[in-house]
Amino acid sequence: MARLLARNEVLVALVIVAFCILASLSDPRFLSLPTLTDLLRSSIVMTIFAVGAMLVLISGGIDVSFTAVAAFTMYVTAMVLNAAMPWMPWWGALLIGSAVGAGLGAVNAVLIAGFGLPTLIVTLGTLSVFRGFMLTFVGSRQITTLPPGMREFGRMMMLRGTNADGSFYSLHGAFLITVAVVVVTWAILQKTMLGRAIFAIGGSVESARRIGINVRGVQAFVYIYVGALAGLAGTVHASMARVANPFDLVGSELSVIAAVVLGGARLAGGYGTLTGTLLGVALIVLVQNSLIVIGIPNTWQSVTVGLLILLGTGLPAWQAQRHAARAP
Amino acid sequence: MRMPGFLSSPEGRLAVIAVLVFAAMAALSPDLFLSVQNVTSMAFQFPEFAILALAMTVTMLTGGIDLSVVGVANFTSVSAALILTRFAGAGALGADAALWMLLAVGASLGLGLLAGLLNGVLVSVLGLPAILATLGSGLIFTGLAVALTGGSAVMGLPVAVAWIGNGTVAGIPVPLILFVGLAAALALLLRRTGFGLRVQMFGTNPLAARFAAIDVNGLLLRVYALSGVLAAIAGLVVMSRANSAKADYGSSYLLLAVLIAVLGGVNPYGGYGKIVGVVLAVLTMQFLSSGLNMLSVSNFARELIWGVLLIFVMILNTRTRVRTRPKPEARVP
Amino acid sequence: MADFITLSGVTKTYAGITALDDVGFSIGAGEAVCLAGENGSGKSTLIKILAGVEQPDRAEITFNGARQGVLTPRLSADAGVMVIFQDFSLFPNLTVAENIAFSAELGAHRRIHSAARSRTIARAALERVGVMLDPEARVETLSVAHKQLVAICRALARDARLIIMDEPTTALTDREVRGLLGIIRRLKADGVAVLFVSHKLAEVLEVCEKVVVLRNGAKVVEGPARDFDAASLTRHMTGRDVGDAPAGALASDAPVLMQVRGLSRAGAFHDIGFDLRAGEVLGISGLLGSGRTALAKALFGLVGADAGTITLGGAPVPLGDPLAAARAGIGYVPEDRLTEGLFLTQSISRNVGVGRLDAHGGGGMLDLTALWAEASDWLARLRVKAPSVEAPVRALSGGNQQRVVLARWLARAPRVLVLNGPSVGVDVGSKAEIHDIIRDLARQGLGVVVISDDLPELIGTCHRLLVMKDGTVTEMLAPTDTDETDLAHRLAS
Repeated sequence: MARLLARNEVLVALVIVAFCILASLSDPRFLSLPTLTDLLRSSIVMTIFAVGAMLVLISGGIDVSFTAVAAFTMYVTAMVLNAAMPWMPWWGALLIGSAVGAGLGAVNAVLIAGFGLPTLIVTLGTLSVFRGFMLTFVGSRQITTLPPGMREFGRMMMLRGTNADGSFYSLHGAFLITVAVVVVTWAILQKTMLGRAIFAIGGSVESARRIGINVRGVQAFVYIYVGALAGLAGTVHASMARVANPFDLVGSELSVIAAVVLGGARLAGGYGTLTGTLLGVALIVLVQNSLIVIGIPNTWQSVTVGLLILLGTGLPAWQAQRHAARAP
Repeated sequence: MRMPGFLSSPEGRLAVIAVLVFAAMAALSPDLFLSVQNVTSMAFQFPEFAILALAMTVTMLTGGIDLSVVGVANFTSVSAALILTRFAGAGALGADAALWMLLAVGASLGLGLLAGLLNGVLVSVLGLPAILATLGSGLIFTGLAVALTGGSAVMGLPVAVAWIGNGTVAGIPVPLILFVGLAAALALLLRRTGFGLRVQMFGTNPLAARFAAIDVNGLLLRVYALSGVLAAIAGLVVMSRANSAKADYGSSYLLLAVLIAVLGGVNPYGGYGKIVGVVLAVLTMQFLSSGLNMLSVSNFARELIWGVLLIFVMILNTRTRVRTRPKPEARVP
Repeated sequence: MADFITLSGVTKTYAGITALDDVGFSIGAGEAVCLAGENGSGKSTLIKILAGVEQPDRAEITFNGARQGVLTPRLSADAGVMVIFQDFSLFPNLTVAENIAFSAELGAHRRIHSAARSRTIARAALERVGVMLDPEARVETLSVAHKQLVAICRALARDARLIIMDEPTTALTDREVRGLLGIIRRLKADGVAVLFVSHKLAEVLEVCEKVVVLRNGAKVVEGPARDFDAASLTRHMTGRDVGDAPAGALASDAPVLMQVRGLSRAGAFHDIGFDLRAGEVLGISGLLGSGRTALAKALFGLVGADAGTITLGGAPVPLGDPLAAARAGIGYVPEDRLTEGLFLTQSISRNVGVGRLDAHGGGGMLDLTALWAEASDWLARLRVKAPSVEAPVRALSGGNQQRVVLARWLARAPRVLVLNGPSVGVDVGSKAEIHDIIRDLARQGLGVVVISDDLPELIGTCHRLLVMKDGTVTEMLAPTDTDETDLAHRLAS
């Protein structure tokens, strides 16, 4: 029992259940399809980000530049498609977004895998490089008329319904993109040697080198893949918001990392599960959207997230210390 | 790579970069950049983020990092501003204003100390990675500032407050005096006291520090507390210069503080760093900032240039620095 | 028996220093060979050359009679040469099955991972060594012996023909060594050759056919294993016929300095009690897992104790607090100099002075001149050979580095010094000098506790010896009543 409780996934799931019980006690309408679709909609982009951030943490690094990659990508994609390829269908737009993101991820890959620089500082640097480059040389005014492909994607709904009181609810088609990202990432992590090598270098870089894993190659893949996911997330975000605002997204990177860490991924590398990450995202999204329902004013949101991070990482760390103190 | 002695230290290289940037800016817009007005305005501008960079430097020397500095600065300045507006009011004058000022400054420094101690406890006693601990606590401090103010700026501070950020003593800007004083004190602390030496030794090898009977937890507590107090001082300068306090002031300063510390030659893995380097880095950044401003380059381009500079310097320093710390491989007990 | 691998004329120099000089021997299929030598004898260089990590200046190497050109890690691995490093190089976060199968799968150029196939590979390898481990267990949860087993299985899964084991027994308990020997016998029957590389190989002699001893980069002797025993191995490795003469008896009126009573810590040691007298060198030995390291650390407060007392000069020393222990006058020189003892990139003088910051910090500011002068003085007294005291300590040799750590504590004028493995990784010459220093310190009235598994060292420097087993002191001897063979026997029995 104690061991079960020490797992982040279980803790986070319990907090979510408690949150839902409290919320439905104070507002019986909380547990309903519309609330669920609302929350799912809010978590679409964050989940794609979080899956990427988790991959980086498993490999033993940290990436804070992904929001800038996303903002850059969605802006450039919208602009280029408008100017040169308005005929591009929605899936083409998403592919181009992923490719642009992968390209930016490759910059991180060169600096981290190539030069061996510390990941936090590199990605703090590229965060401002990507953002500064976009705002200086590409543009800083929001694009309100998106290319047709992105507009089309923005209108796609996979689920629509009407409540008893006549209000509408709907689930955006982008939800399926998120599902696909989760499934593909799961397959990479669990079903390919590359995925296992990501866990391996997170567990011990030195051992990985000794048994002949191409450590630099694996790192490069991680940062490029994460770039592609960020690019995809950016394009999805702009499509759903029906506007490409270059000032969006940047600033949310810390909540995403918070979600992943809550889900049990460790900063030191080697550990992290998709289940945990999804639960972590769910908790952060709940806090961001529904804190008021359980009677905490929304102005306390960031305090709550901060406390959750400290508890979510502090409890396991504290337990590990006590365990270590008991070992001979 | 072999380099002449002067260039083999990060500080030496940085001095050259600072001079080059200064010369380039002076050459590009001689009338504006070298004007008395520009020099004075630079002296008013940089101390606030330079003090944050000092805070970052101390924690980086231990191999940690303090991502909460901006949160602490805003939380403490919002608290000070609330004390001043609630109790003193904009019209307060004379002894009354001075008393409340003293109280507000004391409260903000005290809260900065407490915030830093919290970080210290998280990092030392609970053993959290500094990145996560200060990321979480930073959110809490920013969040508290939001919760205290509802997210809006606290305005209507007594006139006297402006002195901290805008006043001069014998023609020298007060913030500059503050920064020079703090930098000098910190340099002395790091080079000439047992505490300073212990910080550097701990940063080089935390395990050996424990085996050498250094009070590791106490050391970390003091380091993060120091960082918290420095952040609070920076917050007061920001508050005074803006004549208000707000939960999201100076959000770009976090990157800037890390950038300056790394640019200044502080090893992010701990154990090496000099205040001289940090001061040179501050000057470089300010020359660059002001110069670009004169050339009417946008703020966004400045962010771009900062990022490029950070990465460039990291590459340069890493290529010349031999790995400092043996990798803590899992050892057989 | 056909030779699986033959080496001849292996020579390697680093920056003018000869690490290996014309070394040659052969290993037959299914044969076990001991490669013995002290630290710095060239063993590790030889391992690296066989693994293809380092290139020799000159060498003739054949695998199965085929002459090899330049060896690469890839070529060596494909030929079936597998090295098991002392740290095992495993992935703590992955399962047993994956750890075993990983390099085999890499070798087979697989792209797709199958947990089922990994399990099959792991089971097959585990069956070959005849031990069943849960393939789904995470490696971080395993004991040291089981981790070693996983490393062996990983080598087998990659079709190992020769397994090189670096210091295979240092971390094992006696029973675990027995288990390892059983596994080695099975491997040999299977046609797998084994090369043990260590500075203490007496334990594995019984499964070996051949012994090769290296000293200062050269082969000094090679012969059938049955011609060697612990004593003769040591003699060949050190080049000295006899160890140091046993230390004389201690004056019987020497006052008691430190008293340890009933010191216990669950899972580590139990009810430890002894007196340490002024001027006495007390040796503590025992195999790994006997609790000796935990006890050494507990004396200095680095690990806590559940019960018991330590008093120094009559005053109790708080347990589990290194700061209090240091204040009370206890010093501790750790086992692993590089990770626990030294601040590698910092200057030599800082490494010494770090222990004396308080003494020179009157009024807040350090008196740096006095601090450095004192440090230099100690370095001179311990005859540390350094270009400059401002050079980083990293630039020093192992023996000089050890003296730097000693100087740090001696500068604090301790009353009791705990030395954990004082001459590990130190060349033969420095070792003798360090032993002289220890004897000298004791003559000046210090109480010295030496924790070591270097038997000649214990016999040569200590007035009394405590033998530990399973967390308790089983014997207390005078070194004059024992010799290396007898002591080795007492430790292992």
